[in-house]
Amino acid sequence: MIRSSTAVKVRGLTKKFNDFTAVDNIDLNIKKGEIFGFIGPNGAGKTTTIKMLCGLLLPTAGEGTVGGWDIMKDSEEIKKNIGYMSQKFSLYDDLTVEENIRFFSGIYGVANSRKKERLEWVLQMAELQDRRRAVTKTLPGGFKQRLALGCAILHEPPMIFLDEPTSGVDPLSRRNFWNLINEMSKAGITIFVTTHYMDEADYCNRLALIYRGRIIAEGTPNELKQKYMTRYVLEVETDHVVNAMEVLNKSGMDAAIFGSLLHVTADSMEKAVPLIRGVLEDAGIPAHRIERIVPSLEDVFVNLIEVS
Amino acid sequence: MKILRVRAVAKKELIQIWRDPLSLAMAFLMPVMLLFIFGYAITLDVNNLKTVVCDLDKSSRSRELVDALGASGYFTVVGNIHEQKEIDSYLDSGRAFVALTIPQGFLEHLKTGKETSLQFIVDGSDSNTATIAFGYISAITDMYSQRIRGGRVTPLMDLRVRVWYNPELKSRNFIIPGLIAVIMAVITALLTSLTIAREWERGTMEQLISTPVKVPELILGKLIPYFFIGLADVIFSVLLAVFLFEVPLRGNPLLLMLLSGIFLFGGLSLGILISIAAKSQLVASQISMIATFLPAFLLSGFMFSIANMPKPLQIFTHVIPARYFVTMLKGIFLKGSTLKILLFETLLLSFFGLFVFAVANKKFRKRVV
Repeated sequence: MIRSSTAVKVRGLTKKFNDFTAVDNIDLNIKKGEIFGFIGPNGAGKTTTIKMLCGLLLPTAGEGTVGGWDIMKDSEEIKKNIGYMSQKFSLYDDLTVEENIRFFSGIYGVANSRKKERLEWVLQMAELQDRRRAVTKTLPGGFKQRLALGCAILHEPPMIFLDEPTSGVDPLSRRNFWNLINEMSKAGITIFVTTHYMDEADYCNRLALIYRGRIIAEGTPNELKQKYMTRYVLEVETDHVVNAMEVLNKSGMDAAIFGSLLHVTADSMEKAVPLIRGVLEDAGIPAHRIERIVPSLEDVFVNLIEVS
Repeated sequence: MKILRVRAVAKKELIQIWRDPLSLAMAFLMPVMLLFIFGYAITLDVNNLKTVVCDLDKSSRSRELVDALGASGYFTVVGNIHEQKEIDSYLDSGRAFVALTIPQGFLEHLKTGKETSLQFIVDGSDSNTATIAFGYISAITDMYSQRIRGGRVTPLMDLRVRVWYNPELKSRNFIIPGLIAVIMAVITALLTSLTIAREWERGTMEQLISTPVKVPELILGKLIPYFFIGLADVIFSVLLAVFLFEVPLRGNPLLLMLLSGIFLFGGLSLGILISIAAKSQLVASQISMIATFLPAFLLSGFMFSIANMPKPLQIFTHVIPARYFVTMLKGIFLKGSTLKILLFETLLLSFFGLFVFAVANKKFRKRVV
């Protein structure tokens, strides 16, 4: 059990809240030391899943293990072996940086001989050496998030579960954060991370896409791009993306907005390009540029959602 | 159970109380303030009853009677009128509580040994005060008639009433110890009723329950700082009682602290239990106010004697912990009661505390939803 190379293995995991099925019969297999990305829009069931895996929420149905411990029976054992970082910042706002770290050290039962070392490690990792006496609520978002991560892994757990760790954090802090996660993965720690930022999916070793409580695709980022994106993706530049999308979708094509551009998926490049030009010109919205692009995971995801 | 974890929780809780002016005020200021306010406000003693006098006799004897009334300290003459019909306006407006009419020929009748009458009108809208006023009036007039009779008749029975424990019958002496019990009942539950709910509301509980901390460690850790705050409150209250309100403390102060500690444990556990069940600070604080203040005030024997209540209500009072604490405090303050005398109360309070603590532990789930 301990020697197994699997960190998380669950079958048929389901959570119902009255009539609403938040998580619907999902299977997960996560190898030790991998960064597993759990991707999906808000409300897809990511948080519910992570809470069930961490022993914070009892599944309605399903079976499996986290770190070798039964998810239905051994939730307190699981809690000893994981670090969990919730979506909402959940350290004590009115405690200082150091007080928060000391508190969680105590709670996780970090040995007295290691306390000082772990404290300094978190301070350094979160770059909070100069702010150790600052009250936590005065910290900028990026620091808070790294402090929360530090507190969740004070006891050096073999697995960490991060629920939308980068939401509401500026892009530079997000990048730093992913670097940290990468380092931990290299140190052999298994990382389960949820996000709704598609661009973060590429940082993961493996991904599962969850939508309306169901896993609709799984694999490495490259596998997903190749396997699920057999159609072409055309990038369209125009002045009125919203109107253009409506017009194209009305004429039976799959168009979606990506920033200031449109992505249109099509089966045949030769047929699609003149068709798009024609439809847009008729509507009085000329296309400045139509180009084939390599699909991003976001395209894959949008495409998969449309299919399901 | 790991002492280290309990200590970590207790320390964190203490820092949080220390940094929050509102918590601090509630912990240290509120009990003392309540004792101060209620201690002065609640008194069953009747002094300086406003009295209007309609002396139609205007004799030396009638003036002597009025003086005797005033000298007793229970009555203060606020007006002298010459016609009985003016009494109405005095009583109606509340300018006077008692009206005394001395009829014409009062002196004459006394001299000739004829029976004479006095009219007292008492405002019965405050029946309690009226009853007490009535007692004072009877006593003063009896004494007065005895005096002018010159003690010519010896009564058949010579009453020698002695009042024990509170010889001056000062209501403050029995109200203040009971009041301390009532206030501590409210404060203890209120203090801890916020702690668990606050963590749920702020989202910090989610992090906490994802750790290996055990439920008894968490609850005990949260109780400890409040336990010492509670003990400090008891000490302040007792000091106020003894030095400001001059209530005699005849029993052992250490016994008082020991029994207070037992009561505090139960009260604080009750607050935690309410906090676990309510999950919202507002609801938790309201429930704890209602669940402690009303029973402690009305059914603990603090103001209203349990022996005078209807039988079913008397039985019900047994589940109110404040009842035992009121008995303990009154006993230790006024009678110098020992642990042996208060053993029954001590055992029941200990049982209550352990029971509520156990229920709180059982009720707390380390899960969301």
